[in-house]
Amino acid sequence: MAIPQKKITAANIFQWLWKWIRQLCEWFIVGLIYLCGVSSIIFVFSIFYFVFREGAPFLRDCFDFKNFFLSPEWYPTSISNKRYGILALLAGTGSVTIVAMLVAVPFSLGTAIFIAEFCKKKTKEAMKIVVEILAAIPSVVWGFIGLMVTNPLIVKLTGAPIGLNALNAGIIVGLMSVPIIVSIAEDSIRAVPDGYIEAAEALGATRWQTVYRVILPAAKNGLLAAVLLGVGRAVGETMAVLMATGHSVNIPFNGEFPYFHALESVRTLTATIVAEMGEAPRLDAGMNGSFPAEARHYQVLFVIGIVLFVITFVINTIADLAVKGIRQKKV
Amino acid sequence: MVNENRVEIRNLTVRYGKTISLHDVSLDIPRNKIFAIIGPANSGKTTLLKSINRTLELESGSSVQGNITIDGREIHEIWNVYELRRRIGMVFPLPVGLPLSVYDNVAYAPRMAGERRRKVLDEIVERCLRQAALWDEVKDRLKNLGTMLSGGQQQRLTIARALSHSPEILCLDEFSIAIDPVTTMRIEDVLVQLKEEMTIILVTNLVQQARRLGDMTCFINKGRVVQVDTTEVMFSDNPGNQLTYDYVRGVFG
Repeated sequence: MAIPQKKITAANIFQWLWKWIRQLCEWFIVGLIYLCGVSSIIFVFSIFYFVFREGAPFLRDCFDFKNFFLSPEWYPTSISNKRYGILALLAGTGSVTIVAMLVAVPFSLGTAIFIAEFCKKKTKEAMKIVVEILAAIPSVVWGFIGLMVTNPLIVKLTGAPIGLNALNAGIIVGLMSVPIIVSIAEDSIRAVPDGYIEAAEALGATRWQTVYRVILPAAKNGLLAAVLLGVGRAVGETMAVLMATGHSVNIPFNGEFPYFHALESVRTLTATIVAEMGEAPRLDAGMNGSFPAEARHYQVLFVIGIVLFVITFVINTIADLAVKGIRQKKV
Repeated sequence: MVNENRVEIRNLTVRYGKTISLHDVSLDIPRNKIFAIIGPANSGKTTLLKSINRTLELESGSSVQGNITIDGREIHEIWNVYELRRRIGMVFPLPVGLPLSVYDNVAYAPRMAGERRRKVLDEIVERCLRQAALWDEVKDRLKNLGTMLSGGQQQRLTIARALSHSPEILCLDEFSIAIDPVTTMRIEDVLVQLKEEMTIILVTNLVQQARRLGDMTCFINKGRVVQVDTTEVMFSDNPGNQLTYDYVRGVFG
């Protein structure tokens, strides 16, 4: 039996071309999507590369672990004796983050539980819009609130000599991280299967018993992720912190009773970078390959950037491990 | 003189928005009997159970008319709805293990009712798991998460949980659809023993199960009660109603 030969006509050629064009389009789009996916990895690595490149000379020539991390003396612009100790800056970031989480976690988990479980539909919509507005306020406006509103308030209420301190910045940053924690926590609470709630209610659990014994345990992965994202926000926040902390190099922790003195001014890693980058010149190496002493300031700010990188990396890894740990316990 | 009827339902009409899922239902559910409810899908069987323990109120858009009394007391007038729900055990058709350990799943209700003594809780857990024919399979892993059990085991876990607060009324909603026949028979034996202590309302898709277990059988179709009678009459050659006859013979439709 003869196989019917396809005639070579204009219509056939057109059909054949069309098929190939479609196939090419398919490959092109797949390639594009692939590129988009890979690009995020490339961006992260290139950011890390450039930050590391700027900071590398400092790490090579004058980096000393003990003096860098364990000394509170931050005098990068001293003429005779430049000292680069970031302990005070770390302590500043730490103190602001602690206060911020003390403010944000109870508030935002409470809000999330209220929105997801306790309120009526209309209140729910209204609350969500308000929380989203909170997220849309620019950080410099938050800093302004810290400067003009909470600053005098803190002076009035606590009798502190100055209201620009770790407490003030912590409150401001805490309020800033409320929306992000609320939205993720609310999502994870709503993701709890209705069957759980139904079963608990049928057993005679009150509303609060259901939330406390069933919904929170079931949603704890998401809640943990929400809180850690809030921590990330608090560590990385710059502008509001710069305006509200008082910006003085100081360790708010010591051996005296409250151990943590939130009413002292502090300075954070991020605020240091943004405040000093403008006045730190980027100088090239001289003829003999060594950098002038003035070039170190610029470089050390990038090293601080690397430190921030590492901190966020550690937070993310802890979050990851914690979530995985919870998962493994189930098996 | 004790009223023979534990639950009396009078003129119960339930609406979800505009659709009416129960039409003017009136039933007497006798004390210490197994009351079987049969009927095709979407005929309001589950709604009927939910209106007895008032979990229907949790669903938006539902409205309830009519009276339900338990031991002569109108349930919609009971102020503490949680107290009411604790007196009624409920087993849903799909197993819902709470995200807690096996032990905590069963001990959940007694704990909420305020029981703290470890020894008492241990006893309750063991008794309930035995009654649900699950004890032998899980006694070595009471600390594992209940959600990691197999579907059939989870279903028996929910039965154990429903028994854990010693309910006066036990509502079973198609409890056997996820369980193998052998285990089903074991649980059915337990149910027959349990009716000494409590009133059991059994919603089932399996007509034969209603025949095996039910003292009384009620046939619901499209939100209306078609016939209520003793199981012998319902499954006899002449139940007195053509629809019932067709349904129990499987020629319905």
